[in-house]
Amino acid sequence: MTKIWIITKRELQSYFDSLMAYILLILFLGFSGFFTWLYGSDIFFIKQATLMPFFNIAYWTLFFFIPALTMRLLSEENRMGTIELLLTKPVSNWQVVVAKYLASLLLIIIAFLLTTPYIISVSSMGNLDMGQVFSGYLALVLFSSMMIGIGLFTSSIGSNQIVSYLLALFIGIFFQVIFQMLGQGLVGLSGHILDYLSTVSHFESMIRGVIDSRDVIFFAGITFLSLVFAEIMLIKKRFA
Amino acid sequence: MDIIVEKLIKSYGLQKAVDNISFKVKTGEILGFLGPNGAGKTTTMKAISTFLIPDSGNIFVGNYSVTKNAEDVKQNIGYLPENNPLYEDMPVIDYLKFVGELQGISKDGIYDSLLNVIDTCGLEAEKHKKISELSKGYKQRVGLAQALIHNPEVLILDEPTTGLDPNQIVEIRDLIRQIGKEKTVILSSHILAEVEATCDRILIINKGKIVADDTTIDLRKQAQGNDIVNVKVEGGDINEIYEELKNLPGALIVDIVDSENYRFQIDSVPKSSIAKSVFNACVRNNWVLTELIPIETKLEDIFKELTTE
Repeated sequence: MTKIWIITKRELQSYFDSLMAYILLILFLGFSGFFTWLYGSDIFFIKQATLMPFFNIAYWTLFFFIPALTMRLLSEENRMGTIELLLTKPVSNWQVVVAKYLASLLLIIIAFLLTTPYIISVSSMGNLDMGQVFSGYLALVLFSSMMIGIGLFTSSIGSNQIVSYLLALFIGIFFQVIFQMLGQGLVGLSGHILDYLSTVSHFESMIRGVIDSRDVIFFAGITFLSLVFAEIMLIKKRFA
Repeated sequence: MDIIVEKLIKSYGLQKAVDNISFKVKTGEILGFLGPNGAGKTTTMKAISTFLIPDSGNIFVGNYSVTKNAEDVKQNIGYLPENNPLYEDMPVIDYLKFVGELQGISKDGIYDSLLNVIDTCGLEAEKHKKISELSKGYKQRVGLAQALIHNPEVLILDEPTTGLDPNQIVEIRDLIRQIGKEKTVILSSHILAEVEATCDRILIINKGKIVADDTTIDLRKQAQGNDIVNVKVEGGDINEIYEELKNLPGALIVDIVDSENYRFQIDSVPKSSIAKSVFNACVRNNWVLTELIPIETKLEDIFKELTTE
């Protein structure tokens, strides 16, 4: 565990040193803030004390931002050859993957913590359902975790950051839109499976305040699988 | 700690990069790994460092096997990969601290270790700079420092002096020799003079196979045939001088290298003290000997002979 934390700490430091962290935080807060408070079907428009508009905006914002956060995690190590140094230190492939995953997740959680003024503002305007807020944030964390997993996996494949970014979006869009569309056209088992693989239904039931173990297992499962695939890519390099 | 490589085989696709190599390096020995590009040097070193997993065969560092006890091996080796990859966005001292922590140096010990390697590698003035701001020579020192931070028993250095200027090369070489006194060191290079100056033993590898494994002195002896001297004699007729030189005891072949400048090359029987005879012949005939250069068989020649068909 200490080994993981040493690497996580370095990655976080690197996010802040390279300004990546600040850019992400500003863009995320700016983007989600703008659409939550000022534009479109914003909080004032629906005349209810709820953070639903924020959760919906954050869902798509994160979809585009997280791959930008994860794209260099392993591809840059592959490109520079530093992966060789890292893996010849007394750490395992799995520890490296998990450490990098945690670094991105922590940064995203920092971004969420900075949105606490939203909660305070909305709760001062009306009767905010705190259970729903908790469940909504949990959904955001779980969804982020899944996107980080996918991003980390695509980053482990090659040494090009842009390829990693686009590939993560490509895989992500299946979970976001395509599985749902396909699932609607099919009945029976395959329809059910595709429906289960779509993030939208899991996310929406969670931001409404329902924490169902099936939803949690879905996000955690995809995350875990992605990390395993990333590890396999690392191992593969050592057999090459 | 000894390093034992046993029947190591590693292929990339159909190409065998390392083909059944076995050798042993003893504690306190500096082994130079020589070979043309693509001979399998880097592959072998990557396998010893545990980064590459061999197709077959085994490598032992001390009593630990790279396949079964990789973590223990990693704990005991310092590795400087080819091209010296570093996290360029980090300051030197932060980077070294990061590596030290990964190597499991305790909180109490880390500052002593840091001061130690910074001192050994001469990084005192640069320690707060970002690695990307350093010159190539200093980056190389950082690479060496990260390999040394946990005071490993075994050092694997892949081309430690590439891209350095001559002064830096001498400094790094001295450093390696100094470190090598109590550790086991394997270093690769394609600069022969470097290997000769730094290593106790040389291993020449070509197309994935070992073609020579000996001490520098023995390798030289092995390749040495005739004693060759280049001479320049003035003050006489070129044909007379040629005849005289040809009749010297021990002289086998005499060549006129440059007839205008009276330069000759003499191949002679080893240990026939040809230089002395040349000198005496000149005195007898009242000629002036203006040059006498003994030609050593260079390691280059051995290398060329062993690595070309």
